[in-house]
Amino acid sequence: MTEYRIQGATGEWEVVIGLEVHAQVTSQSKLFSGASTAFGAEPNSQVSLVDAAMPGMLPVPNKECIRQAVRTGMAIEAQINKWSRFDRKNYFYADLPQGYQISQLYHPIVGEGSLLIEADEKHGISEDKTIGIERIHVEQDAGKLMHDQHPTMSYVDLNRSGVALMEIVSKPDMTSPAEAGAYVRKLRSILRYVGSCDGNMEEGSMRADVNVSVRKVGASELGTRTETKNVNSVRFVMQVIEYEANRQVDVLESGGTVDQETRLFDVATGTTRTMRSKEDAHDYRYFPDPDLLPLVLEDDFLEDCRASLPELPDAKRVRYETELGLTPYNARELTHEVETFARFETLLGAAASIMGKPETKVATQVANWALSVAPGVVKGLGEKANLTNSTPEAQAQILAMQDKGEISGSQAKEIYEIVLKEGGDPATIADEKGLKQVSDTGAIEAAIDDILANNQDKVEQYKGGKDKLFGFFVGQTMKAMQGKANPQVVNQILKDKLG
Amino acid sequence: MSVDKETVAKISKLARINMDDAALEQMVPELNNILDWVEQLGEVDVSEVEPMAAVIGNAVTLRNDVVDADPKTGGGRREDVLANAPAAEHGFFGVPKVIE
Amino acid sequence: MTDLTELGVKDIRDGIASGDFTAREVAESFNAAVDAASALNAFIVATPDHALAAADAVDAKRAKGEELGAMGGVPIGMKDLFATHGVQTTAASHILEGFSPQYESTVSQNLWDAGAGMLGKLNLDQFAMGSSNETSYFGNVSSPWRKEGSNAAMSPGGSSGGSSSAVAARIAPAATGTDTGGSIRQPAAFTGICGIKPTYGRCSRWGVVAFASSLDQPGPMARSVEDCAIMLGAMAGHDPKDSTSLDVAVPDWEAALSSDLTGKKIGIPKEYRMEGTDQAILDSWEQGKAMLKDAGAEIVDISLPHTKYALPAYYIIAPAEASSNLARYDGVRYGLRDLPEGAGLQDMYAATRAEGFGDEVKRRILIGTYVLSAGFYDAYYTQAQKVRALVARDYDRAWENCDLILAPTTPTASFPLGSLNDDPLTMYLNDVFAVPASLAGLPAMSVPAGLNPDGLPLGLQLVGKAFDEQGVLNAGLAIQERAGFTAAPEKWW
Ligand SMILES: [Mg+2]
Ligand SMILES: [Zn+2]
Repeated sequence: MTEYRIQGATGEWEVVIGLEVHAQVTSQSKLFSGASTAFGAEPNSQVSLVDAAMPGMLPVPNKECIRQAVRTGMAIEAQINKWSRFDRKNYFYADLPQGYQISQLYHPIVGEGSLLIEADEKHGISEDKTIGIERIHVEQDAGKLMHDQHPTMSYVDLNRSGVALMEIVSKPDMTSPAEAGAYVRKLRSILRYVGSCDGNMEEGSMRADVNVSVRKVGASELGTRTETKNVNSVRFVMQVIEYEANRQVDVLESGGTVDQETRLFDVATGTTRTMRSKEDAHDYRYFPDPDLLPLVLEDDFLEDCRASLPELPDAKRVRYETELGLTPYNARELTHEVETFARFETLLGAAASIMGKPETKVATQVANWALSVAPGVVKGLGEKANLTNSTPEAQAQILAMQDKGEISGSQAKEIYEIVLKEGGDPATIADEKGLKQVSDTGAIEAAIDDILANNQDKVEQYKGGKDKLFGFFVGQTMKAMQGKANPQVVNQILKDKLG
Repeated sequence: MSVDKETVAKISKLARINMDDAALEQMVPELNNILDWVEQLGEVDVSEVEPMAAVIGNAVTLRNDVVDADPKTGGGRREDVLANAPAAEHGFFGVPKVIE
Repeated sequence: MTDLTELGVKDIRDGIASGDFTAREVAESFNAAVDAASALNAFIVATPDHALAAADAVDAKRAKGEELGAMGGVPIGMKDLFATHGVQTTAASHILEGFSPQYESTVSQNLWDAGAGMLGKLNLDQFAMGSSNETSYFGNVSSPWRKEGSNAAMSPGGSSGGSSSAVAARIAPAATGTDTGGSIRQPAAFTGICGIKPTYGRCSRWGVVAFASSLDQPGPMARSVEDCAIMLGAMAGHDPKDSTSLDVAVPDWEAALSSDLTGKKIGIPKEYRMEGTDQAILDSWEQGKAMLKDAGAEIVDISLPHTKYALPAYYIIAPAEASSNLARYDGVRYGLRDLPEGAGLQDMYAATRAEGFGDEVKRRILIGTYVLSAGFYDAYYTQAQKVRALVARDYDRAWENCDLILAPTTPTASFPLGSLNDDPLTMYLNDVFAVPASLAGLPAMSVPAGLNPDGLPLGLQLVGKAFDEQGVLNAGLAIQERAGFTAAPEKWW
């Protein structure tokens, strides 16, 4: 595959990438308190006495958060640990009311698993690659600091304090920004299939800590890594790697050493810088949280978790290829996002029933329509497209008419265009606007007889072996029929008559 | 194991407790007395036991995912949460400005 | 009419129920006694109005012929480690001075629901760290007891020293305590009263300022075994807000009290014969055996081989947990904030905590921070938790040969305030007999056994199997009936 390399003055460098993705667990209430997790509430309005670490307050774990972490672990075929426990990570910061974060270091709830990123030229991935996942643990989110509200003070909002996160830790298996991007997209897709995280990176539901190190190509030793915290989009993750890898190469080649440190990404400049608040060397003094007994998962709980898992992206993609006979490209494109496959599957169902054919027979037509034809029309219309008119039924009707040969591909687009602009029933539109193709052999035969009569010379040349002329006759016929003749019928009659 | 003044200084920084030289000097022997005394734990053969993970019960009980099920541990009580704050402004806790 | 402050929980409750006197009369008597006893420094704040309001509520109920509750009309002292709504809660620290909780601890709420009222918040060792009540920011507590022929102020024990002093001095019929490594039993022994630490998880820790979460356990302190049984029943119960709270029914300990120990085997652990233990203590231990035998029990020798290591293990585990539990006192959300000119966030933390914590608290935070720090965690904390497992296993094996264990509560009687605080380690040794049961989470009680030659009270300790508070209380009752401990401190305050 095409390797990602950095050309330094002293030679070629390769980059080693590991990602720690923090995904907010989809739950109504926080990990250890009953306060709501709803986004965007008034400051400190969703804070319980527990979240504010009032004296004598105690954590009680939320069953749903545990369930979602387990389901996520199952979705990446990971080891589920039936005995795990919570540890305290001790450090002082204004967004951390307890003075420690309740996390899982020694015994995480989910152990080793893996995730497949598929070959995808469009995104610079030339072949399938399996990325190892080290672990998933459950932990508390921190509060939020606001620095620009007051000249000398920072303000603290604890609404997020105590919201449940899954930290999904990859192995250092990625070697290019493209792979890291694909990993995050795939992980996001799995989380959204499972429903354990909404994957909304803008609202911070998913953030990545990006660990980057570089080494001379072929070197076996890993270089010193930096960790760039809370990167909240796929593009930024790739930018961070690009920037960090080059920065580290420059540092090393100019005789310096890379510090193992925590860095921040500056969206404005696309660069990273040392995180000052984390400068002092940390000693987190992890130890088991004495307020929480071990977390023991019963078999029936695990069975419920497994039973509630939906068909996952890889399985669905394979089924689309094998059962529905879709091309690998179509199968992949349709299965990336929950919304995409959902729309496809409804349309497929509607089309199949209107045409009275099995889904397997119409899948390719529907896939092409859903992935290229329809989006093309919508794009062409821009503002004028009213997508609420684009019901599965309307689209299925159009596809059915085309399938019967009543309309041509271009007529299908025209009809869809009208549907998008004005709505209405595709069949009626086809009739009123005369957007139908003639399959009536009589009319077509008459037209062809004329054309052949008026072009005796060309007929002779054709019969003399000038096959190219066949196209000329087709063109003339379609012209005579104002483009509304069914091309298959035209071809057939011409073939018969020209012998 | 025993601690010197530098170590105690490092620990006090980690624990966020300011200590002047005199305080450090005084603390060193006190901590060392205690640490020397707990050294005796090293004599105990612990080869066939796991560290104690739970005292009486052995598994944590989980809560159902219901918002504000019990007002005592629910949200929506900003006034109570801020009631004792040394510096509360506009619904926030105030702290000396932090540069991240 | 008898002096109401001479009465205990049961007599007050029953006297009010039968109309011998009103709850208000009781509250007023104790409020006055509290007022007059400031020399003991047992209370950090008095809350006479709380006591009166609760009393009036009980009198009103009685007028309407309603249930008065298990503690109906009994005014008690509340250790200032329990969060009380709108009433300053300090853990005897400067860092929490002025803190007014917007919530009520589960245990205190249970007591109010049972008809009790609050005389005030009792002094204690700062954050419950201490065995003599000399680490409080609000000053030492004096025991009402004094050595014969001496005026030296004696220690009431700790950390529940305000509780023990108040109950022994009859300025409260009973008080709440908390026991992490002996903080109920040792002060009870020092002041000639009863105190029981129930099975870990019996009483909710929700709203109790945490010292060491895996050890902390609230319990009652009173002058009789019956009173402890009644009050423990009111305090205990499953609390969904504390995930370590035991989800088991609370037996009616009071109703099932019986001093007939026929068929019971009492274990005598040989490892508790340590040098440094007063002869008077060893003598009272012998007398205790005789009393339990007289009550029908069989005395058997047992071994708890890891006893010697319990205390050092405790002094790793408890400070480790404390160093983390006390990280929340940072001057951001409540309590003291010390913000030097131009200080940043981290400077504010360090200044606030230096100013707000006392020496013993700092010492333990530093030990805890050290034993958890990189490179030392396994050598100290993991090793200590393994030893703790062995201490617990010692008991499991002992239960194969006995039902209860009898031992001294402390190696010595009370000592003069100021006599030990130059050496932390000697102070820690006070809890050598109390700590093993704490590490194992077992129910343990101290009952008065008699006076030593100096006229100071001595306590005997009973340790039971998990959940067997009844067995502990019954054996305690057997000793109480036979020891006939009626001595009371002479009023000097
Ligand atoms: Mg990280
Ligand atoms: Zn994390």
